[in-house]
Amino acid sequence: MSKKNIEITVRCLLFLCSIISLMILVGIGYFLFKNGFSAFIENGLGNFIFGKTWNISKNVYGVYPLILGSLFVTTGSIIVSAPIGISVAIFMTDIATSDIKKIIGPCIELMAGIPSIVFGLVGMIFLVPLIRENFSPPGYSLIAAIIVLIVMTMPTIITLSEDSLRSVPRQYKEASYALGATKWQTVWNVTLPAAKSGIIGAVILGMGRAIGEAMAVYMVIGNAFKIPNSLFDPSRTLTSNIVGQIEEAALNSQHMHALFACGIILLIFVFLFNGISFKMRKVV
Amino acid sequence: MKKVFKKQQIKELVVAFVVLGVLGLSLIGCVNNKEIIDEGNHDLQKNLSGVIREAGSTSVLPLAEKFALAFMSQNRDVEVAYSGGGSSAGVEQCAIGTIDIGAASREIKITEKDMLSYPIARDGVAIVVNSKNPITDLTIKDVANIYAGNITNWNELGGNDQEITIYSREEGSGTRDCFDSKVLKPQNLENSDTSLMKKSNGEMQIGIQEDASGIGYVSLGYISGLKALSINGKQCSVGSCMDGTYPLVRRLYFITKEAPNTLMKAFIDFCRSSEGQEIAENNGYVPLVK
Repeated sequence: MSKKNIEITVRCLLFLCSIISLMILVGIGYFLFKNGFSAFIENGLGNFIFGKTWNISKNVYGVYPLILGSLFVTTGSIIVSAPIGISVAIFMTDIATSDIKKIIGPCIELMAGIPSIVFGLVGMIFLVPLIRENFSPPGYSLIAAIIVLIVMTMPTIITLSEDSLRSVPRQYKEASYALGATKWQTVWNVTLPAAKSGIIGAVILGMGRAIGEAMAVYMVIGNAFKIPNSLFDPSRTLTSNIVGQIEEAALNSQHMHALFACGIILLIFVFLFNGISFKMRKVV
Repeated sequence: MKKVFKKQQIKELVVAFVVLGVLGLSLIGCVNNKEIIDEGNHDLQKNLSGVIREAGSTSVLPLAEKFALAFMSQNRDVEVAYSGGGSSAGVEQCAIGTIDIGAASREIKITEKDMLSYPIARDGVAIVVNSKNPITDLTIKDVANIYAGNITNWNELGGNDQEITIYSREEGSGTRDCFDSKVLKPQNLENSDTSLMKKSNGEMQIGIQEDASGIGYVSLGYISGLKALSINGKQCSVGSCMDGTYPLVRRLYFITKEAPNTLMKAFIDFCRSSEGQEIAENNGYVPLVK
């Protein structure tokens, strides 16, 4: 084969691969809507989204508490993990010596790679009893889920904000130092503003991870179908609802449609988050 | 972003993928081999052979494993594989055809009506509390009121001054169907929305074991490490379920999509025979009515 032919074949192959991944995405969307869309019609869109009862025997499905639960755990975890994550990223890019970086860097990567079920397990065996005995029963609670998600979203936020902090041109910082600014002044007034959009993108991507996490959340949140009154109340999210009931849903029943509709809502949230994040990270 | 891969790294990646691929293919090969042997052996009348794939209810799981072991020891060339997943998963996978026999701890629902079901045993549902809980006996009305959220502290029932934590099963579960219809429905009550949800018998067992204030319900086969309460003065046991004095009893089913083939029929018949029912009774299940 001539060099040119190889060139063309490789190009075609790569194009094929990217088309396949696009098709998978479209396929998932199509499948979700095909199975779940009827739930919006059967219940009425308003009743489905703002309804507060989920009763299989009466075939009434409302996901309002689930949407709230999902939003509570997401915002709750991101409020804590974003400042910590960004601080670590600043430390890694501007302050840490290369020796320290060599230790912390791999640790963060390892943390990102730990399977979510492991976080869930540790949460269930260690965190839940801790909350039950020291704070308030039943221990399975919103706060337990939030803590687990803080740990899980932090690596995402750290690595992505680190990327955008690193991509700030060196001349900016050097100019700042040349003007006599201290390290902290440089970070606060030059580096952070320059990397702002990238960091916001990173945080929003972390939110996407938090709202989409299912198994670890299911294991610690208690899954009571109600709107929580405090951080120590059990709650239920869109994802934990699907995890809990999909195995017991009768084939082609309204119940199954309603569970798929939860998936649609989740997909819309994640699309929204990723869209914003994508836009933010592009505008550097 | 980051640097493009170096040549050495690409080589390593390729090697890793190839190794994974070969491993995966060889596993597929194993499965295929068995099925080929199965097809090649047509002498089904005398010597049964082949594979039966089962999945479904976690309440049936321990029993199905015992059935499978006994059946396999009598028929050397038969392999019975069981995995959990829940009643509906059993029915669904059976309908699609990924398994041969589904197991359910509830009756077939309307949307699943074209499936065939065979009762294979009965099962008691035990109301359980933590072993530290001093309470030993409740009436069915008390249990219903706890689950409806009308009784919230153990001291109202003569126990410790401790708030009750209700553990329930996800809607659609066969065990919950039984509990709702035998305990809550007769009192016209509904499961309180403050109850914590678990999605299998095993998770329920762990939850109650760790929570001194908890109350839950599990299939009779899962009460180890827990305290099973007597209901209306009747201890939950195979005997009391059999003579009808213990109220929470339900049937367990095997489900097939079409009329079962020779091998599946032999297995189902074996489970329903007096020998199979004896196995059920010895393992904490309740035999079918004779």
